[in-house]
Amino acid sequence: MPEIEKAVKSEFDDDVILKTENINKIYPGTLALQDVNFNVHYGKVNVLVGENGAGKSTLMKIIAGIEQPTSGKIIFKHKEIQLKSPIAASKKGIGIIHQELNLFPNLNVAENIFITREIFKNGLIDHKAQEDKTKELMQRLEHAINPKTLVSNLRIGQQQIVEIAKVLSQDMEIFIMDEPTSSLSDEEVAVLFKIVDELKSNNVSIIYISHRLEEFMQIGDYITVLRDGRLIAESLMKNVDIPWIINKMVGHDSIKFIRKEHKDVSNEVVLKVEDLSLSKLGGGFLLENVSFSLKKGEILGIYGLRGAGRTELLECLFGVNPEAKGRIIIDGKIVETKFIDERIRSGISLIPEDRQREGLFQNLSIKDNMTMASLKNYTYFIHIDSKDEEDNVKKQVRNMSIKLANINNLISSLSGGNQQKIIIGKGLLTSPKVLLMDEPTRGIDVSAKADIFKIMDKLAASGQGIILVASELKEILAISDRILVFSKGKITGEFTREDATEEGLVSASAIGHEMAHNTNIRRITRNGNSKKTNIKF
Amino acid sequence: MATPKKQISSFRLLGNISSIKMVLIKLRTLIALIGVFIFFSLTATNFMDPGNLITMTKHVAIIAFLGIGMTFVIISGGIDLSVGAIVGLSGMIAGGLIYEGLIIPLPMFGVEITFFFNPLIVILIALLVGVLVGFINGIIITRFGVAPFIATLGTLYVARGFANIRSGGMTFPRLYGDPALGTDGFPFLGTGNILGIPIAIWIMLLIFAIAVYISKKTPLGRHIYAVGDNEQAAKLSGIRVEKVRMFVYMFAGFCAAIAGLIWASQLGAATPKVGEGFELDAIAAAVLGGTSLSGGRGTIGGTLIGAFVISVLSDGMVMVGVSSFWQMVIKGTVIVLAVIVDQFQRKAQLKTTLLQS
Repeated sequence: MPEIEKAVKSEFDDDVILKTENINKIYPGTLALQDVNFNVHYGKVNVLVGENGAGKSTLMKIIAGIEQPTSGKIIFKHKEIQLKSPIAASKKGIGIIHQELNLFPNLNVAENIFITREIFKNGLIDHKAQEDKTKELMQRLEHAINPKTLVSNLRIGQQQIVEIAKVLSQDMEIFIMDEPTSSLSDEEVAVLFKIVDELKSNNVSIIYISHRLEEFMQIGDYITVLRDGRLIAESLMKNVDIPWIINKMVGHDSIKFIRKEHKDVSNEVVLKVEDLSLSKLGGGFLLENVSFSLKKGEILGIYGLRGAGRTELLECLFGVNPEAKGRIIIDGKIVETKFIDERIRSGISLIPEDRQREGLFQNLSIKDNMTMASLKNYTYFIHIDSKDEEDNVKKQVRNMSIKLANINNLISSLSGGNQQKIIIGKGLLTSPKVLLMDEPTRGIDVSAKADIFKIMDKLAASGQGIILVASELKEILAISDRILVFSKGKITGEFTREDATEEGLVSASAIGHEMAHNTNIRRITRNGNSKKTNIKF
Repeated sequence: MATPKKQISSFRLLGNISSIKMVLIKLRTLIALIGVFIFFSLTATNFMDPGNLITMTKHVAIIAFLGIGMTFVIISGGIDLSVGAIVGLSGMIAGGLIYEGLIIPLPMFGVEITFFFNPLIVILIALLVGVLVGFINGIIITRFGVAPFIATLGTLYVARGFANIRSGGMTFPRLYGDPALGTDGFPFLGTGNILGIPIAIWIMLLIFAIAVYISKKTPLGRHIYAVGDNEQAAKLSGIRVEKVRMFVYMFAGFCAAIAGLIWASQLGAATPKVGEGFELDAIAAAVLGGTSLSGGRGTIGGTLIGAFVISVLSDGMVMVGVSSFWQMVIKGTVIVLAVIVDQFQRKAQLKTTLLQS
């Protein structure tokens, strides 16, 4: 285990309002948090960073009382507390703005803000008072949202503002913001930062989770880095720079992966995509005129921010979005069909992003899960040849070196990493020409990640064409022969294995996202001096 | 990583001790059935007589038909409330065709033409009607996105309504038919024997075997489980979810029509009220047999045992003179207890998985 950096420990021991002691959280199949000692500093912006699946949201859910730790303590103002529910947490003064919006679309803005804390008059809800207070909140947030508007009629960004107003109205001592800016416009972000400053001057402690480096460098006082469920480092923000953060987030030792079996990619094109477009509901495009090709034995990485069109691209290729326009050509043959089963037969296979929701059949065995997409191969007329089926499963399990006791056990008895391998095996059993993998290493441990990369390497060496969507820079750089960067539904960068760099990918992924105040970030340091920082990626 | 490892090893010890308990819990319905048998053979005279056993098995057959169809529907994540009404409707269609034939009025000539059919064709028509109701259920659910509970509640009323309309609410009596018209022979289905065993039981065994085969050995069976377990994952595995749904409702309608035919044939008469509340017995049989109402879990064999428990319990209680009101209380209690035990088993299983990982 890497040494936890505690360079600044002595400096802030006293001003800690809340800390967690040796928090562990176990989910079926994964150890989400391991011995986490997290400090929240009084009246400061405490930034929490880490890659997807590092455990940030889980930790916040524990502090907000939504989930209970498997073991460990929460110390609030020097006393141990139990947070059995979100209500218990909010009574202590801990509020959370969720990453996913938690609003009732069928209720109006005021009703949402005062849900469970309704203002009563003569035993009935005093809508007038609630709406007046909502109006005040909206003015504070510089938004002209009518308190009587139904939440379902608001834009996502506006809904986010309502979510913020909801927590703001509760006079919290600790304010958790889990990626609050992911759906906000630049102006809205500026307002949010003003609110954050205001809260700070009222001695509210803020926990701020974000993926946007420039953003949290600007407003953070402290930074804590999580990786694979462990707390890796914490420091004063003024003492760190971007290379430090990326280094701690990704880790030196996490991926030592080398493409051992890597060969030169052949020139034979297996997949050609021409002018692929997918319209967005209410105008605009999720994908706009995307054209590219994939060669045999090539691993093509797709990088981009959330919402850049990565998942949509894979879904369009697989036939999940039949309304997509454009041409898909596999081995010189145009794929016409809109049905998923026929797309599978024409040689496309998808490993979906959300294993639990889109991949697993929890009540079925390992074998049944693995052959669900390829049953036709072992079926004669209507009869499944069980021996043939089992032989194929066993062969696949061997080829992928998956360690398991019995293929007839329930899939839910496996760890997350092994479940993922089974799902990849399910895709491979359909003998695809093009394998689409959407975040195949999400939420699994480091050694399982390495196994999956080994499997991909082997597949590519045997001529398999692979399209990989991944949001972890180190991973995508390590495994890809070529990388396409997406932003706002368009290809904004193409890199070969040789010329791809973290900086190059990040800046290409930000094309179309430039913030007006991005070039010159004014940052207030601890001693109150203001200094100009130029951040370049 | 020291702590989790310790937990695993201590759990393995625990696991060996509790594994016998788990086996007992898994076989609970069979154990309950044996218990019920022993209890009634001690308390009810004639309970173990071959005659009585065969009569009881005939009752089992009716619930088994409905239960088997229902099991596929529930495994696929749905529910079918219309099967009881289909029992009534198919009986009335068959009864009407044998009793009065198919009457086609020709007003322009001032005459009516009446067609009579051979019982085999009558049976075929009644089965088709059952499948048709299932087809309509499937269309409403897959094409129009209506929740299965509501869709089949609607067809329950419609089918029951048509059963009554067919005769104006009257009973079609004397279904032995008329050899002169070629309509005789229908009662054989419900009262005949082959090798000393009633035809109804032969058909039950046949349907049972077919259903077990579908569930274990065909892609369709696998797909039914997949759709009920995780619809999104099923779609992404290339399963045509709508087709699977259509099949389960049509199969349930088919099974219900068989039950209706056998019932009418046993009675030698068709009444529109037949089958009221049967859908609940069918659901109870499936649930007793370990089928989960949330979909993805269940077996045909379990449902057959569940059907035995339900009907042996009913018949036994009649024989020892339990009032019909108390019968309902006991039946209801047994069903709820079965689900509680089922939940207990699932929790225990989840704990095992959690600690193994």
